[in-house]
Amino acid sequence: MAETTEITTIRPGGAIASLDLKEIWKYRELIYFLTLRDIQIRYKQTLIGVLWVVLQPVITTAIFTVIFSKFARFDTADIPYPLFALSGLIIWLFVHTSISLAGASFVNNVNLVTKVYFPRLIVPAAASFSTLFDLLFGVVILIGMMFYFRVSPTAQIFIAPLFILLALILSIAFGTLFSALNVRFRDVKFALPFLLQVWMIASPIFYPSNLLSEKWKLIFAINPLTGILEGFRSSLFGTPFDWPVIGISCASLAVLLLISLFVFKTMEDSFADLI
Amino acid sequence: MTVIKADNLSKQYILGSRQPNSVRELLTGLFSRSDDAKRILWALRDVSFSVDEGETLGLIGHNGAGKSTLLKILSRITKPTRGSASIRGRVGSLLEVGTGFHSELSGRENIFLNGAILGMKRAEIERKFDEIVAFSEIEKFLDTPVKHYSSGMYMRLAFSVAAHLDPEVLIVDEVLAVGDVGFQKKCLRKMRSVGESGRTVIFVSHDMSSIVRLCNRAIALNHGAIVSDGPSVDVVREYVAAGWGIRSERDFSDDAAPPQSEFVRLRKMRVVDENGETNGSFDIRRPIGIEMTYEVLSSGQILIPNLQVFNQERVHVFTIQDVSSEWNRRPREMGTFVSTAWIPGNLMAEGSFILNAAIVTYVPRLEVHFHAVDVVSFDIFDPMTGDTARGDLGGKMDGVVRPVVNWETEIR
Repeated sequence: MAETTEITTIRPGGAIASLDLKEIWKYRELIYFLTLRDIQIRYKQTLIGVLWVVLQPVITTAIFTVIFSKFARFDTADIPYPLFALSGLIIWLFVHTSISLAGASFVNNVNLVTKVYFPRLIVPAAASFSTLFDLLFGVVILIGMMFYFRVSPTAQIFIAPLFILLALILSIAFGTLFSALNVRFRDVKFALPFLLQVWMIASPIFYPSNLLSEKWKLIFAINPLTGILEGFRSSLFGTPFDWPVIGISCASLAVLLLISLFVFKTMEDSFADLI
Repeated sequence: MTVIKADNLSKQYILGSRQPNSVRELLTGLFSRSDDAKRILWALRDVSFSVDEGETLGLIGHNGAGKSTLLKILSRITKPTRGSASIRGRVGSLLEVGTGFHSELSGRENIFLNGAILGMKRAEIERKFDEIVAFSEIEKFLDTPVKHYSSGMYMRLAFSVAAHLDPEVLIVDEVLAVGDVGFQKKCLRKMRSVGESGRTVIFVSHDMSSIVRLCNRAIALNHGAIVSDGPSVDVVREYVAAGWGIRSERDFSDDAAPPQSEFVRLRKMRVVDENGETNGSFDIRRPIGIEMTYEVLSSGQILIPNLQVFNQERVHVFTIQDVSSEWNRRPREMGTFVSTAWIPGNLMAEGSFILNAAIVTYVPRLEVHFHAVDVVSFDIFDPMTGDTARGDLGGKMDGVVRPVVNWETEIR
């Protein structure tokens, strides 16, 4: 027998399940392998895979630049509009792709749910992690663009990864929520793209949030993405941080994460029976 | 030492329209009075047992008896509705080979992925990597995407990963029914060695002979409850004798829509022994009677009863039809007929068989009056007395039929 004999206890699902981080930690290598699998599959078609990830933000930025800086003329202060749009877009594309992939992760991997045990949270989480790899390309383009527009970063740029981490947490929160709901209600497949579209318009991706009055800005900050985008840009371009907005967004993100995990854990036990 | 202990494990499923599958159903369910009573199915009812270290336990039971549910609960894929269980040691469960395999990934990549899914550590996979590859016999194709593999290669690779899991408790669903014969034997040897090395194995199979060979103990389930528990030989014998899961008789008399045409209607089908008694399990040496009772509704037709026999792998073993009775080419008169086909002993292999039944007319033109699927079933077992085609062979014997033939041997 092994040095430490583990005892597995099987019981009916309780009303409120614990998060069981210990169990997830035990399976940490599986997170790595599932993430790796998702990345490998996405890039197996080699050139097309990479090209897609590069073209998507670049072309969208170009379109936004033409529309919003020539016609609408948003005031993005000293930041060149293409840089402003791209910085928002890479975060948005990351969140968008990662939630879409995570949302479908169980439905697309039925056998992982019905044939084998591991903490279920790993599946949508791995979908989010794998998208982080795409974000890397976006960051490279962004750095290139910053050189091109001669925007020199300040020391604040070292805070940027923190906002990427917050974006990851946001993706995991929504990703787990929708992955669980998708098992139960297949409507999610149709509702999710629509919700994401609405969310994109409601977030300061291609427009600056200083369009809004102070009061409305704080209300908008309930959308966690608002604070993440604002903070990410401030750290990139050395502009002052809007702490109230970032604070409200973080608080709202924390609440969202708790709700998502709660919904996920309560539904988790019945996945294999429902899917 | 007790390794697995299950206490009153029960699992309830709710069937029918009460489980809304979309938001619309959920909403309409709220506003309409639900006339459908909840249909509750207890897939498992108060199942208690304990397994000691080193035991190899076989689980038998027909489809829907609760075997899979029990395996899923023990593998922690689903939770019991009531009751509890505890398992000591690392659990490896193989309800499917190649879970998580991705066709775009190479054999090498899939070994790591699948290993991690089965609960192996990366270092452990690296350590056993060469052994896994050697066991699977796919060295040359290690870096080829598995989508280019033959199904045999795919299965060999998948099983090899699983076979090297080395858990203290191994839970195996009928995954051995894969691959070519040579590889199957290798897998069986591997499983037996797992059992012999003091680890605990729970094994589910439809194949009674592999249960007897691999397991020292068996549990038979029927309708979600344990009906027999003991040495595998005894449990299998009892299971077969009691005919759990076998439907050796089917009466269509009260059916709203029995198999029929305007000329003939199927009334009843039975599997009978030499004494004319309904029977579901047969000694391999004894003849098996398939009895059809049918009503001819209008006279003048030539009617030929036709039976198709399938084995548990859904191999169509043979088709038989009436070519010998006095009604074989004669127009029928109205009335109730009983036709019995006698399948001789020492013809078919061991296993479970299921029958389709039809009545056809060939002359003047082909007409199928009805074709009923999966009507009755029966089991054939070998009593291992030495006078069957098995001779003194104790292991698995391949082949769809198993005739006893005459041998002539002389010195020249």
